[in-house]
Amino acid sequence: MGLSALVDPIFRIPFAVGFLLAAAVPPIGCYIRLRDEWLAALALAQMAAAGALAGSLLGVPPPVGAFGVAAVAAVFKGRLARAGNDLYAFGISAGWAAVLLIAANVAHGDEITHGLTDGQLYFASWGHLAGAVVLAVAAAVVLAAASERLLVARLMPERYTANRKPVWPLNVVFDLLVAGSVAVTTTAIGVVATFTLVFVPASLAFHVASGWRRAILMSAALGAGSYLPAFAGAILLDQPFGPMFVGVLVAAAGLAATARRLFGHRPA
Amino acid sequence: MIGEPLIVFDRVSAGYRGPVVGPASFSVRAGEVVGLTGANGSGKSTLLGALTGRAQLYGGEIVRRPGLRVAFQRQEPLGVRGVPLRAGELLAAAGAAADVPSALRGLLDQRADALSGGQLQLLQVWAALGAEANLVVLDEPTNNMDPQGVRALAGVLKAPPPDRGIVLVTHDHSLLAEVCSRTVEVVRWA
Repeated sequence: MGLSALVDPIFRIPFAVGFLLAAAVPPIGCYIRLRDEWLAALALAQMAAAGALAGSLLGVPPPVGAFGVAAVAAVFKGRLARAGNDLYAFGISAGWAAVLLIAANVAHGDEITHGLTDGQLYFASWGHLAGAVVLAVAAAVVLAAASERLLVARLMPERYTANRKPVWPLNVVFDLLVAGSVAVTTTAIGVVATFTLVFVPASLAFHVASGWRRAILMSAALGAGSYLPAFAGAILLDQPFGPMFVGVLVAAAGLAATARRLFGHRPA
Repeated sequence: MIGEPLIVFDRVSAGYRGPVVGPASFSVRAGEVVGLTGANGSGKSTLLGALTGRAQLYGGEIVRRPGLRVAFQRQEPLGVRGVPLRAGELLAAAGAAADVPSALRGLLDQRADALSGGQLQLLQVWAALGAEANLVVLDEPTNNMDPQGVRALAGVLKAPPPDRGIVLVTHDHSLLAEVCSRTVEVVRWA
């Protein structure tokens, strides 16, 4: 495809969906990493994919089905006293099995599964755009309001327990935000691209940023900055968006880490 | 030092799979600094753990004054390793960003995980002391601190605000003698 394809109106909604998600999801990833729950994001993405497929069986829009299952899984995870990588591994396995088994027994199941694997952003619709807008606004509102509480709950939990203040409402709100972000993003760009968007920008920001606010901004910048060449490259080279985005994200993070190593360890 | 106690430990026994400390009884009033003493392993931190829920209460009760606000500095270092959090951001989150001691002011723009052990300890202690709390609990606040840091801490503890009580666990006997209104001996559960 030529450069003119980049400005084709059919790509405007997909572009907007992807850009909003690429900027909004990484900051959430920073808080997920703070809580040591980054592997849970992959489990939730798999569960969301299963929910999207199950929803299609029932005539429910995929993002709604994805959010429903992801939300239940996220709240269940939050209510367990000791959730950890073992539980998340079970979630990854169960989600993956559910996706393939449902796909094997649903009309067009293979196509939907293909989309959830490859991340066919270019089929994003007004529904996806609405979901991305809601997610971006919710993330901005929730994280601005709850950021310090999330930091305290993780680093100084006694501030809650010694004062007998329940922390579960904060956890439920954050877990639902994560479930929503994973659900919307999975149905737009696929399972692994969603996990990579949650994990990689936050991982780099944690290593490089000089403070929390800068880490949030850096993660959003890396997500959005990687999205632009990935979107353009996938169109121009006629490649699936999901793997292209994952490749660009990983390469960008690798370049940034290498530059930091070569030119000094001064934090940004 | 007047009025009802901020907190009362009434024949408290605490532990994990079973009781390991107590029964212990003491109270803390506003304006007091109460030191908890005892041999290593006597259960001082476990007793405080009953306040946070980290340890289970096996007997007695802990009675709080209504509206009590507690700030707690635990013995273990803050888990800030690998977290991109400035010292100033941590204090702001803890509600302790005002009137920061001079020893910390020059460190506020540094990542907390880049601080030395003593600097991080000072940060952790101030996150508790600088917060808006009626009761401040300090569990081994002088760990990793140099003599200058201990002197600075003593200066703050000697004159607590009149509406605040402090519980102090430390093996530094000179600090206990210098700042405590009284001390309570903690014994292992028998």
